[in-house]
Amino acid sequence: MTRQPSILQISKLGKTFDTRSGSFEALRDVDLSIGEGEFVSIIGHSGCGKSTLLNLVAGLEAPTLGGVLLEGRLVDGPGPERAVVFQNHSLLPWLTVYGNVRLAVDKVLGGTKSSAERDAWTREMLDLVNMSAAAGKRPAEISGGMKQRVGIARALAMEPKVLLLDEPFGALDALTRAQLQDSVMDIHARLGNTVIMITHDVDEAVLLSDRIVMMSNGPAATIGEIHDVALARPRRRLELGEHADYLAARAAVMRFLTRHRTDKAA
Amino acid sequence: MKSAALTIIEPAEEPEMDAPRPEPVQTRRPQEPAAARERTPLETLARAVLLPAITFALVLLGWTVMQAAFVPAFPDVPTVWNKAVETFSDPFYVYGPNDMGIAWQVMYSLGRVLAGFLLAVAVGIPVGFLIGANKTFEQAWLPLIAILRPVSPLAWLPIGLLVFRAVDPSAIFVIFITSIWPMILNTAAGVKAIPQDYLNVARVLNFNRREMVTKIYVPATLPYMLTGMQLSLSTAWMVIVAAEMLTGGIGIGFYIWDEWNNLSVPSIIVAIVIIGCVGILLEAGMNHIRRRYDYSAKKE
Repeated sequence: MTRQPSILQISKLGKTFDTRSGSFEALRDVDLSIGEGEFVSIIGHSGCGKSTLLNLVAGLEAPTLGGVLLEGRLVDGPGPERAVVFQNHSLLPWLTVYGNVRLAVDKVLGGTKSSAERDAWTREMLDLVNMSAAAGKRPAEISGGMKQRVGIARALAMEPKVLLLDEPFGALDALTRAQLQDSVMDIHARLGNTVIMITHDVDEAVLLSDRIVMMSNGPAATIGEIHDVALARPRRRLELGEHADYLAARAAVMRFLTRHRTDKAA
Repeated sequence: MKSAALTIIEPAEEPEMDAPRPEPVQTRRPQEPAAARERTPLETLARAVLLPAITFALVLLGWTVMQAAFVPAFPDVPTVWNKAVETFSDPFYVYGPNDMGIAWQVMYSLGRVLAGFLLAVAVGIPVGFLIGANKTFEQAWLPLIAILRPVSPLAWLPIGLLVFRAVDPSAIFVIFITSIWPMILNTAAGVKAIPQDYLNVARVLNFNRREMVTKIYVPATLPYMLTGMQLSLSTAWMVIVAAEMLTGGIGIGFYIWDEWNNLSVPSIIVAIVIIGCVGILLEAGMNHIRRRYDYSAKKE
């Protein structure tokens, strides 16, 4: 596929944590450029620093070395233009489904849009993730998959330049996960957002991504390999099973992960 | 009921996190055979009414036997009943500043409790927020609170009398001291228990300090604050009786003391029952409010 102009540049990014038992270098020399509208997955064994990388892009943590540029501007803190879908959904339990999305809409679009427009936008986002019917429910009343849908709606409602997904389907059962993957593919096809997704699921990475970024194990983890997934879109999970490109991508990632297996995981 | 009135108590249920909680496994104990299976609503009602009724009847019986056999100075059941009828037949009389009906006595006491309680809410919740949110503030203030918290609130009564030179403000001051510790500690615990996730959401949305407080801190802490209020209120209702015994004037506490001086023990027993019932009502009211705002509870 043709590479779009780059929207996000990660250069010489390094992160060292000061822990009680001394300093720990989580990431070293991470370089990556992501094109507009591209869907990039970051995969690696647990503890390889992929969540740290996402937090650095989100601005929730500050890098020790290097930096992240979004449209040429240095990231120096979190912001709605880099909306995050958190692993554990992070919905505010005292607000309804609608309220959770509206909270983000009011903050991000409060200055430019009227209340009626913001209401319409909130409902449109809920519609996008098929959660309109549960708009009045509290997070405690809906399933894990539904919560994650609301989390995605909340992030999309901020109209982010880059959407960051932090293992968004990790806590879900296989069927729910497949449904949500299809939803995310569908939304990506419709809106064309730039997406960075952290995952540890090889099939998920191959199915959803334009590029798969494979991280070596920490400490001082960095990008090991990058695999381009040439599969045409829209992708249908059932037809892909036998596809040569699908199998090649899957094999490449599996080979990398097996080579970088940690001793304790083996 | 909760007896450790001045300790931090978590809200009934933690907000549900991502991991699905395992369903409680229903195991039937072998000692409970068929009879424990399911009850018709009528049976449930009968049990709810009959069992306590039997207990009350047993207590009244024991009372009658003990009174007749061992303590003839103690009033018997009919005497107390007649006193109760007399007391409730005219609860709102006013014969003078120191002689009013039982309803007025209760209301004066409730008024003092409410005044002290509201003052404690106004002071305790902001202080609790500061202690929960700011490490420096916590380190500076916790030792003082640790020393003062175990002190019986009544110990503050002389200080109140010295400062205010009047009994009413002193009693309110005692209730304020009673109520403030659970309020501070529960609010602080609630602020500390706010998950990092909520704060990350707020950071991604670039919330300013005011939005952080009104949209994250306060709603997330509300169940803890209400737990603190509930503890404060039920303790305050206990303490006011003792405080009024010392201060005098109108109020259910002094009413008991006054009736003791009149050697009218039946009135005292009636007052004890009234105090218990008002306590139940306060508790039920706070419970209702707390459940109303317990966001982790599923709606039916």
